Amino acid sequence: MKIRVFVTPKKNVLDPQGAAVGHALESLGLCGLKDSRVGKVVELNVDGPDTPQFRAQLDKLCRDLLSNPVIEDYHYEIAGH
Amino acid sequence: MNISVLQFPGSNCDQDAFQLFASGLGLPTRYVWHKDTRLGEADLVVLPGGFSYGDYLRCGAIARFSPVMGAVREYAGRGGLILGICNGFQILCEAGLLPGALIRNSSLEYRCMTCELAVEDAGPAFNPGTLGARIRLPIGHGEGNFRIDEAGRADLEANRQVILRYLDNPNGSLDGIAGVRSRAGNVFGMMPHPDRAFERFHPSRDGLSVARAVLASRFPDVIRKSA
Repeated sequence: MKIRVFVTPKKNVLDPQGAAVGHALESLGLCGLKDSRVGKVVELNVDGPDTPQFRAQLDKLCRDLLSNPVIEDYHYEIAGH
Repeated sequence: MNISVLQFPGSNCDQDAFQLFASGLGLPTRYVWHKDTRLGEADLVVLPGGFSYGDYLRCGAIARFSPVMGAVREYAGRGGLILGICNGFQILCEAGLLPGALIRNSSLEYRCMTCELAVEDAGPAFNPGTLGARIRLPIGHGEGNFRIDEAGRADLEANRQVILRYLDNPNGSLDGIAGVRSRAGNVFGMMPHPDRAFERFHPSRDGLSVARAVLASRFPDVIRKSA
């Protein structure tokens, strides 16, 4: 199955990268920009069934390694099973 | 008195940290490789600066899972003294041994300069009386912007866990925070480099008093003798 984990800065955490990208977008003519935030996507390809146990393991890995819960949120999409 | 300096792949201030304690303070110092699962006899464990694991994912995120970190966690739990400098501070935050997190500098620039720092009253060994009200230490980082939520910020202040603040904030850190200690007082982390401030040719020699203050928070007598 193919998993895409999205890691984004928490809404209330300053995102200097997102702000810089926002300024650049405005300078290129984007009007009405209210917010821009930069995160990352981690793509995984895992053999095996999508079970509640697997989801629990994936959540733990997202909290422990792929995101830092102090500053980031995550969510994921699972496809191809 | 044994000082252990950890080495991760990508550490590049390990020799500076080694020299701070070995030649600066004249204390027995050795390296511990990140694959070691035991620290041996250690009175202070130092996590040095650098770019462990290429700073991939987040600074310190991967080093936090190095084999040696299990021993570091256990050592911290026993009240063992730990100092994280720069990337070492980032690793300790990622590991949950210190509160907060370090994100990109607000300028998005790598900042390499000497900073004036206010010494906070953070305990009987680390305070303006032992260190002086102002010290100067070099920084060199792109991700030193300290962040913590409101509850964490209130905890830091209530428990006097902030040890150093920038006078002229170089990275956008919340409240100018440059270094913190754990609530129990045995884990210290700072973005500025005491390991780049002890030789005559360094911008200051305040790194020596910072190293002594960290050691004195657990071993007041030993430090008095070596000082």
